[in-house]
Amino acid sequence: MRELHVNEVRAAVARMVIDANCCIGEGMLTCLEQCRDREEKTLSRNVLDMIVRNDRLAEERMVAMCQDTGMAVFRVQVGQEIHFVGGSLDQAIHDGTAQGYEEGYLRKSVVGEPLFDRVNTRNNTPAVIYYEFVPGDQLHITFAPKGFGSENMSVVKMLKPADGVDGVLNFVVEAVKNAGPNPCPPIVVGVGIGGTFEKAAQLSKFALMRDVGSHNEDPRYAALEDELMERINALAIGPAGLGGKTTALGVHVEWFPTHIAGLPVAVNLCCHAYRHSSVTL
Amino acid sequence: MIKLQLPLKKEEIARLRAGDEVLLTGPVYTGRDAAHKRLTEAMARGEELPVDLRGQVIYYVGPAPAKPGQPIGPAGPTTSYRMDPYTPALLDAGMVGMIGKGRRTEPVREAIVRNGAVYFITIGGAAALIADSIRSKEPVCYEDLGTEAVCRLEVEDFYAIVGIDSLGNSLL
Repeated sequence: MRELHVNEVRAAVARMVIDANCCIGEGMLTCLEQCRDREEKTLSRNVLDMIVRNDRLAEERMVAMCQDTGMAVFRVQVGQEIHFVGGSLDQAIHDGTAQGYEEGYLRKSVVGEPLFDRVNTRNNTPAVIYYEFVPGDQLHITFAPKGFGSENMSVVKMLKPADGVDGVLNFVVEAVKNAGPNPCPPIVVGVGIGGTFEKAAQLSKFALMRDVGSHNEDPRYAALEDELMERINALAIGPAGLGGKTTALGVHVEWFPTHIAGLPVAVNLCCHAYRHSSVTL
Repeated sequence: MIKLQLPLKKEEIARLRAGDEVLLTGPVYTGRDAAHKRLTEAMARGEELPVDLRGQVIYYVGPAPAKPGQPIGPAGPTTSYRMDPYTPALLDAGMVGMIGKGRRTEPVREAIVRNGAVYFITIGGAAALIADSIRSKEPVCYEDLGTEAVCRLEVEDFYAIVGIDSLGNSLL
């Protein structure tokens, strides 16, 4: 049994919260630059150029690339050989979130109750945390701040098994079409197929934690990603919704076994501020 | 690129067309979901508003905190449609412009035409860059709302695109 002090977790979370919000990373910058250079329409190219300049500036100054620094979402893979000491793991993640949002000059965008009071908690907690137990004695945490311009445009639908591949393709493309300029295109599209109602949604969220443009290891799903990418970009919503070749920067599909009667599909959209960070402790 | 001084004059607004790129200089007021709800509820009760929006432009933004020595933190636009339920009342009360991102609903477009107003869009997610064209930020009201409080910003050469012009032509 390996002992891990929760203070170590809290400090790591605080650091990764700031990092993800300020530094988009070279992979995303290269992707945005390539899309910019492919755009033929001046306005669309200028918008992508502004986004690239913005993201470089944010990293240089260590300020948030977008004022919507999101609701904090964590995927936590806990090695089952770890014994946490010094307090609660869950609390350490919330505390690290609060610390990171404060120290990083990040916006606090969480209300403590959704319907009646909607009072801001002023420290961006609670975070949304998904735990998994895995073999070994390491703790792996992935953080993705989720902005709500794109989150609000996300959808889940329970398709019929008979809807098949075409049904899935049409549903995903329609979701992006309906979102139009609202989710801050160019977007990354996370798709979860299978499981149950909420499992599909969770898969679509985890799909948005993959590196941009990465492919599902199952070649059939990888081909589905490519076809979706092509059809979504043919919508020509374009950067900021002003038209152009770049509507999606990537389409990531994740799947899970499902019930004989079902074909759940979730589409989770993410804006071009495709941010995450991860740490292994 | 059209340079415009704020507050906007009605005849200047009338000349703008959807798709025009502009640089705005002068005061704008921040306001988003919670502030819009409070303002329109106060109007419905017949109360005097804590901010005079007549002739003014509102920017749909909830800025991130400013680092020491900076007037404001990253401050890009938020999605406009969420303000649509409140917008016609504000336009009818004399507000002349809005800055945000994304599409508007038909009642908003109609209110823009009815009042000779304008809807500007700016680039979502370009928050750090946009903050460089904001010179100052002063709280005006609803400070308890944190990032959603109404503030007066002084902007200089603030880049925007005409999204809906006073004739109702829409870019998106």
